[in-house]
Amino acid sequence: MNPKSQKEETNNKNGIYDAGIEKGASRLTPEKIRKVFDALVEAEGGARLKAYTNACVHCGLCSDACHHFLSKDRDPRLSPAGKVKQTVSRILNKKAKLDVDFVKQACETVFTECNLCRRCVIYCPFGIDVAYLMLFVRRGCHQLGVVPQYIQDTAHSHASTFNQMWVRDDEWIDTLQWQEEEARDEIPDLRIPIDKKGSDIFYSLIGPEPKFRAQLIYQMAVIFHMAGADWTVPSAPGWDNSDMCMFTGDMEMTARLKKIHFEAAMDLKAKRIVMGECGHAFRSVYDVGNRTLGWKMPPLPMVHAIEFYAEILREKRIEIPKKFDRPVAFHDPCNIVRGRGLGDEARYVINETCSTFIELTPNREHNFCCGAGGGVINCGPPFKNKRVESNRVKADQLAAARDKGAEVLIAPCHNCHGGLEDIIHHYELGLELKFLGDIIYECMKKE
Amino acid sequence: MHELYKLASGIFVWIAILGFAAGMIGRLAHLAVTARKKDPVVYQYFSFYYALRSILHWIIPFASTGMRAHPVITVVAFVFHASLIVTPLFAAAHVILVMESWNVSWWHLPDPAADVMTVLVILGCLFFLIRRIVQENVRYLSTPGDFVLIALVAAPFVTGFWTYHQFYGYETAGILHMLSGELMLLCLPFTRLFHMALWPFTRGYAGSEFGALRRSRDW
Ligand code: SF4
Ligand code: SF4
Ligand code: SF4
Repeated sequence: MNPKSQKEETNNKNGIYDAGIEKGASRLTPEKIRKVFDALVEAEGGARLKAYTNACVHCGLCSDACHHFLSKDRDPRLSPAGKVKQTVSRILNKKAKLDVDFVKQACETVFTECNLCRRCVIYCPFGIDVAYLMLFVRRGCHQLGVVPQYIQDTAHSHASTFNQMWVRDDEWIDTLQWQEEEARDEIPDLRIPIDKKGSDIFYSLIGPEPKFRAQLIYQMAVIFHMAGADWTVPSAPGWDNSDMCMFTGDMEMTARLKKIHFEAAMDLKAKRIVMGECGHAFRSVYDVGNRTLGWKMPPLPMVHAIEFYAEILREKRIEIPKKFDRPVAFHDPCNIVRGRGLGDEARYVINETCSTFIELTPNREHNFCCGAGGGVINCGPPFKNKRVESNRVKADQLAAARDKGAEVLIAPCHNCHGGLEDIIHHYELGLELKFLGDIIYECMKKE
Repeated sequence: MHELYKLASGIFVWIAILGFAAGMIGRLAHLAVTARKKDPVVYQYFSFYYALRSILHWIIPFASTGMRAHPVITVVAFVFHASLIVTPLFAAAHVILVMESWNVSWWHLPDPAADVMTVLVILGCLFFLIRRIVQENVRYLSTPGDFVLIALVAAPFVTGFWTYHQFYGYETAGILHMLSGELMLLCLPFTRLFHMALWPFTRGYAGSEFGALRRSRDW
């Protein structure tokens, strides 16, 4: 295939069928689309929208920041500003016709061709936040009822159950008790304290943990136990800190989700929230949810798991008798490294627990997104191949680390795990993926 | 011809200066008010320290990763922008003109320096023009307005160079120089050239969010 026809193929957005997009779009007319977007611009198109779209000089310097652009043979339509041109610019141009096809294409662009990873912000001379602009369009898509089906399903789950995975209240408690029982075989006096008032730590995690990765609850319980932590989890909704609604543009639902999460912690009079290893949930709790609720900062102190691990290692509350001895590389998740500068803390934990550490390049704030973030992986199977192909640069970056000897890739984010697993598999990289908690659990002294 | 000269050196100067000032202040004020009304987070998170930290990393050549990755455009952009701002403000002819009209004066550039910087601006415009046409991703982003803008910026410098060197028809060129300069000044607040005024705010806001809120770096 010559490069040209390949490019044409990648530009054919209609090759993918998504029921959420198609069905939603089938209910629209150009007039309705215009009306909804105009109203959105009027109501929420604030100074940032104006400043960003006016300041952009179309220089294209943001292009090389974006893994989609780099991975798809530098397709200009995938550069950050290129995505703005196809979506926001047309919406803001009152004369442009916004037909049903436009909405379908825009929806695919903003939901599946941008991970909201904000890497471009640190390459644009103006600091233009393309992720913000993409989210603005997603909000419009949400208001039009045109959202990829799979991610909308998780948003529905949030709306009806206050967790991402349709976990029923009794299933949640069952899972906790089941993990407590399992752990007691190993550590007889271990407890998973439910609804314990006044604890130091309110532990929250993401819906997929009780659903698919219950052993992570087990591991964390062991870590808490060995560190002598005073912790608790709530029995009622609020235990799930994840949030797909901020990615579908359903900010009303985001506000409800974060409110119930913070309130669960405050009802239990916990001193602080410790979150599990998830990047997007961190973004939601720390950066988006509080703003949506009108608070500058979260109403009570909160830390990501990395910070908690670093703390107990520094205070020598757990012991690492023997370090993890296979060479490890580390993927800096955007939402907690670009989004909270936890790169140093993560490296501290790795150096305390692993014997050989190989840096990826680029790394820290400049690391490439895994391609899953921003709700892209949650758009589900229809977009899977596209997602993996849109992150060839990630595969190259990982392959370079593997060639230097890395065998294990650590990624302290659930979403990253999803994306990286697909990349490792598709590009046959042969790396093993782990959470930081996996490493700590494996190496720590447990009696 | 003489009439036009009188206009260009008289009333048009005032229109341009006043239009420029009013446009700048008006648009910035409008943004400030919009931010208050619809984007209060902008005020909440804005931090002068981190804004300045970011601005410094983007105003010093090669202090950001992006600039190091694109050395050619970094050099061109810095030389271009510096010459673009310095030349009109400090060209001897301008300073003398201002002194004759309003009796205020300031330091001025030696003529050869102003001449070189004028050429640099023109070459910069050419570079940006060619880049827009040749580089696929930049071409994709380019709108007709972007090309007009390059012409708009180049015009006062081309005509200025022409006038200074007294090439054929330099009297006409002199009038065109004034007109195009005034036009550019007037366009500054109302076109993409407004990026000049927005830059400290967008960059500063990115710096604030990245520094104060996210404890990370944006360069
Ligand atoms: S780098 Fe910034 S100014 Fe340049 S095209 Fe990209 S978003 Fe626009
Ligand atoms: S936020 Fe990330 S994925 Fe989106 S355009 Fe910017 S660099 Fe690309
Ligand atoms: S999934 Fe991971 S790498 Fe991807 S956006 Fe989220 S935090 Fe970033």
